[in-house]
Amino acid sequence: MITIKTESELKLMRVSGRVVGEALLEIGRRIRPGVTTQELDRLAAEYLKKNDCTPAFLGYHGYPATICTSVNEQVVHGIPGKRVLEEGDIVGIDLGAFFKGYCGDSARTFGVGKVSREIEKLLDVTRKALDLGIDQVKVGNRISDIGHAIQNFVETEGFSVVKDYVGHGIGQAMHEEPQIPNYGQPHQGARIVEGMCLALEPMVNLGVDEVKVLEDSWTVVTKDGKFSAHFEDTIAVLAEGPENLTRVG
Amino acid sequence: MAKEEAISVEGTVIEALPNASFRVELENKHVVLAHVSGKMRMNFIRILPGDRVTVELSPYDLNRGRITYRFK
Repeated sequence: MITIKTESELKLMRVSGRVVGEALLEIGRRIRPGVTTQELDRLAAEYLKKNDCTPAFLGYHGYPATICTSVNEQVVHGIPGKRVLEEGDIVGIDLGAFFKGYCGDSARTFGVGKVSREIEKLLDVTRKALDLGIDQVKVGNRISDIGHAIQNFVETEGFSVVKDYVGHGIGQAMHEEPQIPNYGQPHQGARIVEGMCLALEPMVNLGVDEVKVLEDSWTVVTKDGKFSAHFEDTIAVLAEGPENLTRVG
Repeated sequence: MAKEEAISVEGTVIEALPNASFRVELENKHVVLAHVSGKMRMNFIRILPGDRVTVELSPYDLNRGRITYRFK
């Protein structure tokens, strides 16, 4: 079942979305060579606490941290730890939080120091793919129009989209129906109607689209070890078009 | 989030119900209510009690499924 949010529910979604977006900006400012991923995790936890939000990932199926920090070939679900970020790395930061029972979920991938031109393009394409997906979130379209737009663009640019992980509906639970793949034929699946909230999250690989999960049972990496980027926003469907709840500044 | 796909299991039809629904006993003795997939209706594949079939279960509701294949 896909939940439809009332105006008062959307108000709460806006708060959790904004806090998540601001926290990611804050984290982005702290990313530089020499910083460890667990410092970023601590920063996120403090920011949520200060804004009366609770982490959505911590404890979710036993996940041990507030954010996911996915470095270089890690696609998603990297666990923060003692790893020190180095010049030329990229790090995907994924954060979800609840405010009064409503969840916001967003991710950004940051370059650490100066990154190569190829990686710069990977980040640009992924960011743009998310925006093209968001453009499809309008009343009357169908869910698969989102993934179709994303896949089309990413593959034209010479990269691949991850198929094993998908975007999702969001609200009182972090993961609600529907699943939103980042690929596929257009005009399939549920029709998009006013009041839905959807988290779009394209994961784009430099090389092959195949991924595997490491022994920690969380960290997803590319099979060929090449870099991967991930951007995500929580979007509310309004009559006049998509409202991005997690993009601030 | 990780993609969740329907789970395919084999079973035996124990009862035909109206509306092209069937009661199917799975290999683990679990009994589910299953309807026939659209493709099987299009090709008019008859299903009778006793037939071996493949049932797809949704991870959300393990008591219902759809029949996607009838073994000969």
